[in-house]
Amino acid sequence: MLTLYGKSFTSRLLLGTAQYPSPESMKQAAKASGAEIVTVSLRRESARALAGQGFWTLIEELGCRVLPNTAGCRTAKEAIATAHMARELFGTNWIKLEVIANDDTLQPELFGLVEAAAALATEGFEVLPFTTEDLSAAERLIAARCAVLMPWAAPIGSARGLINRGALRTLRAYFPDIPLVIDAGIGTPSHATEAIEMGFDAILLNTAVAKAGDPVKMAQAFARAIEAGRLAFEAGLMEPRDMASPSTPVAGTPFFKIERVS
Amino acid sequence: MKILLNGEAFATDAKTLDELCARLGFADAKIATAVNGNVIAAVARSATQLAPADEVEIVAPRQGG
Repeated sequence: MLTLYGKSFTSRLLLGTAQYPSPESMKQAAKASGAEIVTVSLRRESARALAGQGFWTLIEELGCRVLPNTAGCRTAKEAIATAHMARELFGTNWIKLEVIANDDTLQPELFGLVEAAAALATEGFEVLPFTTEDLSAAERLIAARCAVLMPWAAPIGSARGLINRGALRTLRAYFPDIPLVIDAGIGTPSHATEAIEMGFDAILLNTAVAKAGDPVKMAQAFARAIEAGRLAFEAGLMEPRDMASPSTPVAGTPFFKIERVS
Repeated sequence: MKILLNGEAFATDAKTLDELCARLGFADAKIATAVNGNVIAAVARSATQLAPADEVEIVAPRQGG
């Protein structure tokens, strides 16, 4: 079971709700993924369009727990204010905290992230910070009472997979008891499998499913890939080695002659 | 009076935030509100008086990653 802030989940996939070809395809993909947590945002509502109301009806029909984000915030102050709005709107203390440093990389602005996380935790929020693989930032976030960390695999929407495997392995090893959710940069089901095999607790993704030719089928693929990765992690992976090692028994090989041994 | 509604100039004679929301058709809508940067809970909207140049934000759920 995946446990985040005292809540347990069977699925280790957290799914975003943006960029689908249609609201119906989002709903079907979310169902097919088995996700029990979906991410949402908040935006200014127009009295003419009332765009948010129809979307909310869809989300309610899914019956998933919602994880609101602070996407688009550039400073701790903006993120804190947005988190307050999200708590009022969605009635949850959970917040996917994003403080973005750069429009091209959409990389987390770690100083603002730590500042906002500390302030929000003091106010009773349960913060899930979108961070990098940086170890010292992780330490600061945990010191700021974040009980879950969400390091990126690669920049948002880049589909590049685990760019910095070594640092991610270190992060996993260094914080064995903190749930670590890989958030962003996952492009293929095999990326997700790899992360889960490495011992990461869950995957948060959006674009790879939403922009697939068939989002429902891709959602199923990710669900199975993550399940496979988790089974493999629990089973225990063999250690890689540089030299070959025969799997078929050597003893009793027919036509064997001692002089062939090098 | 003129206020700033979601970043745009807006003329209204609504006296309270609750009244403004109702006139905009948000009476039963899933929204959150803020005035001059402070979040105003739904239960506090009727007691929140509006003044000229107030900056009002009205937000709703939206797709997110």
